[in-house]
Amino acid sequence: MSRRSFLLASALLASLACAASAQEVTVGVTLGATGPGASLGIHYKNAFQLFPKTLGGHPVKYIILEDATDPANAAKNARKLIAEDKVDVIMGSVSVPSTTQVAQIATEAKTPMIALSPVALPPDKLEWTFVVPQPVPLMMSAVVEHMKTKGVKTVGYVGFSDSWGDLVLKALEQHANPAGIKVVTNERYARADTSVTGQVIKVLAANPDAVVVGGSGTGGALPHLGLVERGYKKQIYHNHGTVNREFIKVGSKAVEGAIAPTGPLIVPEELPADNPIKKVAGEFIQRYEQTFGAGSRNAFAGYSYDGFLLLNAAVPGAMAKAKPGTPEFRSALRDAIESAKNVVGAHGIYNMTAKDHTGLDNRARVLVQVKDGAWRLMK
Amino acid sequence: MTIDIALWLTQDAVTNGAVYALLALALVLVYTVTRVIFVPQGEFISFAALSLATLQAGKVPGTVYLLIAGGALVALLDGAAAFRSGHLRRLFGIGLLNIGLPALVAAAAWFAAQRPDNLWLQMLVTLAIVTPFGPIIYRLAFQPLAEMSVLVLLIVAVAVHYLLTGLGLVFFGGEGLRSSPWSDFSLHVGVLNITAQSLWVIFSSFVLIFALWLLFERTLYGKALRATAINRVGARLVGISAAFAGSLSFTLAALIGAIAGILISPITTIYYDTGFLISLKGFVGAIIGGMVSYPLAAAGALLVGFLESFSSFWWSAFKESIVFTLIIPVLLWRSLTTRHIEEDDE
Repeated sequence: MSRRSFLLASALLASLACAASAQEVTVGVTLGATGPGASLGIHYKNAFQLFPKTLGGHPVKYIILEDATDPANAAKNARKLIAEDKVDVIMGSVSVPSTTQVAQIATEAKTPMIALSPVALPPDKLEWTFVVPQPVPLMMSAVVEHMKTKGVKTVGYVGFSDSWGDLVLKALEQHANPAGIKVVTNERYARADTSVTGQVIKVLAANPDAVVVGGSGTGGALPHLGLVERGYKKQIYHNHGTVNREFIKVGSKAVEGAIAPTGPLIVPEELPADNPIKKVAGEFIQRYEQTFGAGSRNAFAGYSYDGFLLLNAAVPGAMAKAKPGTPEFRSALRDAIESAKNVVGAHGIYNMTAKDHTGLDNRARVLVQVKDGAWRLMK
Repeated sequence: MTIDIALWLTQDAVTNGAVYALLALALVLVYTVTRVIFVPQGEFISFAALSLATLQAGKVPGTVYLLIAGGALVALLDGAAAFRSGHLRRLFGIGLLNIGLPALVAAAAWFAAQRPDNLWLQMLVTLAIVTPFGPIIYRLAFQPLAEMSVLVLLIVAVAVHYLLTGLGLVFFGGEGLRSSPWSDFSLHVGVLNITAQSLWVIFSSFVLIFALWLLFERTLYGKALRATAINRVGARLVGISAAFAGSLSFTLAALIGAIAGILISPITTIYYDTGFLISLKGFVGAIIGGMVSYPLAAAGALLVGFLESFSSFWWSAFKESIVFTLIIPVLLWRSLTTRHIEEDDE
């Protein structure tokens, strides 16, 4: 074959490939499975292995980039996905700062975005962004309601010295203050700290009726163990970032009785049969644990999955209006996600509106408690 | 603040300070002998603590495979060098040390993983897994660059740190682990509740510091290390191999790191990246000692422990900032009081 005919043939093949992918939806994903958010990011990323090859009945291509839980990297990834890969929709990331960066770039580029962690932006900045996880205040409201029934009047707070610690505290205060519950301490620690003695003593000195820990994963165990070791006998609450089996493994007997809010997908077996989430969550958890080991269930993989479900529901509507790879398609997809109604996910039931880009209600939260070394639904 | 609280915080400070002191000593040791600011020192802690916890869970930790791979690389390098220079008889020794020994450790690890109740065996195996990383890292990363500037060595150290942290994530996952305590024994002295674990930390630190002193004052190897630290060229002139001194200092540093990791693994949750922060605090201690003085470094590390413990009571949100800001006045004071010696003038 002469050089010219070879070039011609390759050009022909390339144009054929383009034609074939014209109907293909491209999803750009940036996640951090390394760096400080690795313990969450690994689960987020795992879930993508379980997704089907189609999205709303159309072929789909996922481009997954690694951002090492670094907001600057996440921003770089987002720009690359939008400029070079011409993605139709972007998903990410693992930490609040990273996701916020990506959301700003998505808005700038008029590309719809599925946020997989909470975003620190006011609602009017979320025109192109849809947030999958439950808002932190929604979760903490369940904790405060439980405190009210137990007659708690004062609560101590020990949380991470990062944006997560701030978010949990803010949500706790937002619900506790109107309920007449006073937050009496605001102690902070870092995930990698080897000791929280000072913080624990400060909390004990205030002698609150209950303690809320604003950590995540195994990081939530350190203050809990410290409090129990020094003889604190009252209720200790955690947040939804803490609910996994590693937390119980590290905390062992000391964390028995800990209460935390979480999505229903952690306990699908214990949900009542008439709950529509039971089926979706149950099937997802079963497939996830088949692939990644019994007991590997966690909220984060569920966020990726619910992001997929939202797109899955929205793509057919957008396809009817425009072709993937065009600005018209991105705009149509945005409108389709915004009009999503009763999309049953593993975490809750999504009803988006122009004002509410999270779309979750009280059905997206349950309280769980550590009983005999496992998280159990509180009835 | 009442006396009780002050006592509790002091107890916490001494326990943490003892661990930082160990790391400060290791950092000073490595720096004085090889001029390497050994950033990956903390990885020995994470590797040891997580390997121990993994063994207790009945699994063979990934560090064992890394040991085998590292040993094989060293064998390849040393073997090629011996082959080129015609010292074929050395090949056997090189193979035995770099391939035979890691294989033996791997067998021991597999054996220990089957016996979850034998804590002492598991600790011993953990030491045997982690300590050889010292000489392996020295041989692969630093020995070929021994004559380079401090800056180049620092950059290589940072690279090694990132490599080891990444491998730690692959081996142990993103979540933290904790090993089971050695004993539930605790001592009540007044208001203080002193656990056996924290006593072990303090006791072991003292023993190690004493052992290091003995090594440097009473043994030929220790004196060779000191000689290298004081004057590398002079030491080589009297027949002390710089490569051997470097390898020995890295072995000791790895051993100290591994012991520190085993000591704190039942007290706190260790992540694949925890070690770095712990060694950074040891580093602040070492800086207070000017990176040359062992007693000052140990005292500095203890100071870091106190600062950390008391600031976590008063202003927990600023604890880290307070500890690391300490470095600025110390550096200022040191640069004003010490005469600066250019590296080339040594």
